[in-house]
Parts: sequence; C-alpha cells; structure tokens
Amino acid sequence: KCPRVSPVVTLCYCFVSPQIRVKPDNTGVVTDGVKHSMNPFCEIAVEEAVKLKEKKLIKEVVAVSCGPQQSQETIRTALAMGADRGIHVDVSGKDYENLGPLQVSKILAALAKQEDAQLILLGKQAIDDDCNQTGQMTAALLDWPQGTFASEVSLEGDKINLVREIDGGLEHIKINTPAVITADLRLNTPRYATLPNIMKAKKKKIATVKPADLGVDLTSRLEVLKVEEPPQREAGMKVETVEDLVVKLKEAGRV
Amino acid sequence: MAAVGALSRIVRLGSRICKNRVTLGGNSQRRGIAACIDPSHGLTDEQKEFQKVAFDFAANEMAPHMAEWDQKEIFPVETMRKAAQLGFGGIYVQPDVGGSGLSRLDTSIIFEALSTGCVSTTAYISIHNMCAWMIDSYGNKEQREKFCPDLCSMERFASYCLTEPGSGSDAASLLTSAQRKGDHYILNGSKAFISGGGDTDVYVVMCRTGGKGPKGISCLVVEKGTPGLSFGKKEKKVGWNSQPTRAVIFEDCLVPVANRLGEEGQGFNIAMKGLNGGRINIASCSLGAAHASVQLARDHLLVRKQFGETLSNNQFLQFKLAEMATKLVASRLLIREAAQALQENRSDAVAICSMAKLFATDECFNICNQALQMHGGYGYLKDYAVQQFVRDIRVHQILEGTNEVMRMIISRNLLSES
Repeated sequence: KCPRVSPVVTLCYCFVSPQIRVKPDNTGVVTDGVKHSMNPFCEIAVEEAVKLKEKKLIKEVVAVSCGPQQSQETIRTALAMGADRGIHVDVSGKDYENLGPLQVSKILAALAKQEDAQLILLGKQAIDDDCNQTGQMTAALLDWPQGTFASEVSLEGDKINLVREIDGGLEHIKINTPAVITADLRLNTPRYATLPNIMKAKKKKIATVKPADLGVDLTSRLEVLKVEEPPQREAGMKVETVEDLVVKLKEAGRV
Repeated sequence: MAAVGALSRIVRLGSRICKNRVTLGGNSQRRGIAACIDPSHGLTDEQKEFQKVAFDFAANEMAPHMAEWDQKEIFPVETMRKAAQLGFGGIYVQPDVGGSGLSRLDTSIIFEALSTGCVSTTAYISIHNMCAWMIDSYGNKEQREKFCPDLCSMERFASYCLTEPGSGSDAASLLTSAQRKGDHYILNGSKAFISGGGDTDVYVVMCRTGGKGPKGISCLVVEKGTPGLSFGKKEKKVGWNSQPTRAVIFEDCLVPVANRLGEEGQGFNIAMKGLNGGRINIASCSLGAAHASVQLARDHLLVRKQFGETLSNNQFLQFKLAEMATKLVASRLLIREAAQALQENRSDAVAICSMAKLFATDECFNICNQALQMHGGYGYLKDYAVQQFVRDIRVHQILEGTNEVMRMIISRNLLSES
C-alpha cells in the first residue's frame, strides 16, 4: 500500500539568454533585462511530481521558488502544469545576488520541516550557474537519502526505486523516504500546460514567505573576487617539421 | 467556468501531450528577444502563460517541420490534434461544448505565437476555430452538442465555404442554391478555394435559400460523406501548402434542415460575423510571421560580414530594421485593439477589424519581404525559413476579404450619413 507522500518541488528562476555579458566592474554577469524563465531541469522535476500525483502515489505537489517578485512566474507555470499550490520565498536585491545553493538548501530544509514534506524534487542543476549542489546539500541538511541525476523514479511502498545516470552508465538504487531526488534530462518530457489548466492555475494559491520567517541566515560563505570572460582564442601557428613542433612546445612550457 | 466534471466528460484528454525537446535550452526562437518588439509587453500574467505555451508549441512541434510540410504538402493532422489537446481547437468557443472560452485578444496572442512555427498550419487552425465558433454561437442546442465537441478536440476538421468561382469579393451574389424539400435542402452549386476542402469533415456552407442579395442566404452545415458532395482537384499554391485547397461541389446534395444554423436569410450575417474574428486571426498570423522574420533578419545582420564588418554596422540596414520593428509593433497594437473592440462588441468593431486586417497584412508582408532582402541570395533559398514566411503570408492580403474590400468597409463607415 503506497503511502501518501506530499512532495515539494523547487524551481529555479534562471536566466536563459544565449548571449551572456560580463559586467564592466567584473563582479558578475549582466542579468538586468535578460529573459528569465523556469530552469529546464526543474520543469522535468515538476512533471515528475505531477505524474506521481496522477498515479495517486502522492497527495499534493507544492511548487517553491526563491527569488524576487518575478520568480512567481515559474510558480505559475508549475501550477499550470498541475502543481496544487506555490510558495514564493521572497529574496531580492543584494541577498538575491548572493543566493547560492547553500542558502537555497537551508531554505528548502526549513520549508520541508514546516510543510512536513516527504519528498523533495529538484532539477539536477540550474543552467545559469551549473552548480549541481542544491539537491545534495538539502539532503545533507535534512539528513535524508538522496537520489541524484534520476532518469527513472518509481515508488514501492515507503521506498523509492531510482535509476541514476552516472559516468559509468546507469545505477539502480533503492532509498527510503523521506528523500531528495534531482531530475536529469531523460527522466521525462515535460507536458505543455493546457489553456484550461492555465486558467485553473489562477485560482491556486501562492504563499509568500521571507527567509527570516524560516529562521534562515542568508549570508554567503563565498566572496566573488572577479568574473571575467574566457581568454580570446588566439591564432595558431604553422610549423614545417616535427622537430620545430617539439621546440615550439618546449618554448611554450607545454612539454 | 463550467464545472470540471462536464468539461472532462466532453473534452477528450487522450494521450499525454509532451514536448519534443529538440535542445535543452528549449525555445531558441524566443531567447534573447529584442526588448522593443517583445510580444509579451502589456499582457496580463495569464495571457503571458497562454503565449508561452503557444510559443513553446510552435518552436518544438511546428517550426522543425514547417519546411517539410510546405514542400511535401502535408496536412499535419497529428500535430493539429496535439494543439487541440492544449485547447487550441476552439479557443473562443464556450467551455460547455469543449471550447476554451477565451477572449478575442487571448486568441490573437495565441495565433501570433503559433504562427512563428508555421503560418500555413496556424492559418488553417484559425479557420477551423472560426467555423467552430459559428456553430457554437448560432447553432441550437442539438447542433452545438453534435458538432462542437469533435471540432474543439479536432477529432473532426472544419472548412468555411463562402467563395464561389463567380463570387469572391461580391460574396452576396453567390449562386449555390438550397431548395427546400420536406425536411431537407437540395444543394446545387460549387465553392472555390476552400481551405481544407476534401480533407475536412464538416463544411459550413453559405447558400441561397431565398431571393437575391444577402437576405436570401442561409448557412448550412454539410458533413463529408453526404451523397452529392464531391471535391475538385487539389490546387497548387505559392504558399499555404500545409493545407489542401479544393473546390467543393454540390450536385443534388441532400442536407437536413436540422443542419441549418440560425434562420433562413441569416446566413450572410453569420458569415460576416465569423469573418470579423477571422480577420483578426489572419492578421495575427501575419504578425507572427513578421515577428519571426524580424528576428531572423536581425540575427543575419549580426552574423553576415561584408566590406570588413557585420551588416549590422550598416546604417541603411539599421534604419531599415528599425522601420520594420516599428511597423511590426504598430500592426500588433492595432490588431490587439481590434480584438478588444470585437470582444466588447463596440460600435466600431467591424471597421477596426477591417483596419487591422488591412494594415497588418500589408505591413507584415512588407516586413517579411524586407527581411528576405536583408538575407541577400540566401533569402531566396528554401533552406532558409524567411522565404516561406513571405510566400505564406502573401495570401493574407487577399482572403477573408481582400484588402480592397477592407477599404470599402472602412470608407463606408466614414462616409455613411448616420
């Protein structure tokens, strides 16, 4: 008999522009005016949660996003895909610039306890910073098992069967609930929200909380010293003989 | 909103609709949209959601196939059914018969976005929507329940039959006759240039039941397979190749009186009411094509180098692009205003829909044409999408009322005494 777990899905609101520019003061990347939307891996996580609910294996899907006012857009999209309600953790300004995996995982851990969640689903990484840490850190803070890079998820009683995509191939594991799962590309193909569902989503609630309400300290343990573009690709050099090549390589300190 | 129970009984949510992820980045056409032409400006959050779904669907399900559908003349039934499952089959049809119950403005936004994926297919979907709406609005209970659910799910497809070989702009002079005999009409005549003709299942036909002129015209729904209904050859067209176009021929075709929408003599009125919305939809399709073309042109200018620098450094081209963007936004605003006017049933609705259709289809064609020019020789190759946008939207200046007829409607509004 399957337990009625209630999962929490967390969504990244990240920027998705093909042209990234470094700020003139080299403190970071320009994000003003850059188009933001839901992280693709998080879409996959939402889809998985909604599918589990449709199979009646879980009770309720709560979509969470941490960020400024605009990040509520991602919650709305999740609601349109089938999530039941949303929680917007309001973080803006300097706090938002410093918001990294550690801070987000502390927030999620606090929320999970508050909501009595049994399952946390996230994307494996955000495509703007590629950190790939939030899921793992959240599990550690909660002392929960983690199933990362999941390409298949199935619930079996109060355990979860997972297939993980790892360097060597596919790994099959079985973990207890409550647990943290991070979604990889091949877990599923996210659905389009239908027009009726978008309209129904309007009636679903999004609660706003502040990190302070959750007792979370947002100070960053990291200090960004400098952000710069990769070095420009320089022209190569043609040599006549193999001996010349070896001499040049030695000169450049490569051998 | 209708009760969810009734909705789920009627709307067949068959297979799960999934996106075909071409790239993980997703909708590459939307990334990095230049801010000033962003079509999401001024929209409500909900409208932005509708737009997002439509853009995503267009980029993932339509754009990759646009060229193939054009070259092989494929009517993409499966893709359109997928669109219907998202609610695009009867966007402004009422929910109690399976429609999405959205506004004319929501509809315009959706067609504009879908059109960036394939103009021809989107234009057909808009015609289908128009027919579904006509039955929804003017049909009685039995007709609505019989036809609308299947049309909204695109289980069945529809065609709008007004034009004849002898009556295009002079639509009220149509000759297809419908003689009453007991509880049937006997139809004789033929319709020309019917979008979807031969491949669709439900034909909304304007025919003459009474005397001359508009007051003698009625609207009948004719189902495919009715004896006496046949089709001409598939026309070979410059564009709109993902939808078949054929003549629809009636030879002593018996149609039940129960299939008549509204009263005898009301047909012309129904046809024109349908066209008001149809004009906004077609104009919206032109808008999507122009939007896509401006982005293609912009991307090309940033990449192509001549005379030692990128084309984007050339002032003439910068100015040309600015003009294209300005006309694009102007067209969009006029269309959205017309959609609002129609939704609110304003007194100027007919005139402003005509203005929007006239202005937008002309300007957007020029935009796409300019975009092709900016591509140089490459613009002429079928490997590049811009030529298909040009070919596909050329006909928007002609159908659903030629732009000349639009001028007639507008001048009549200006010069009439009342």
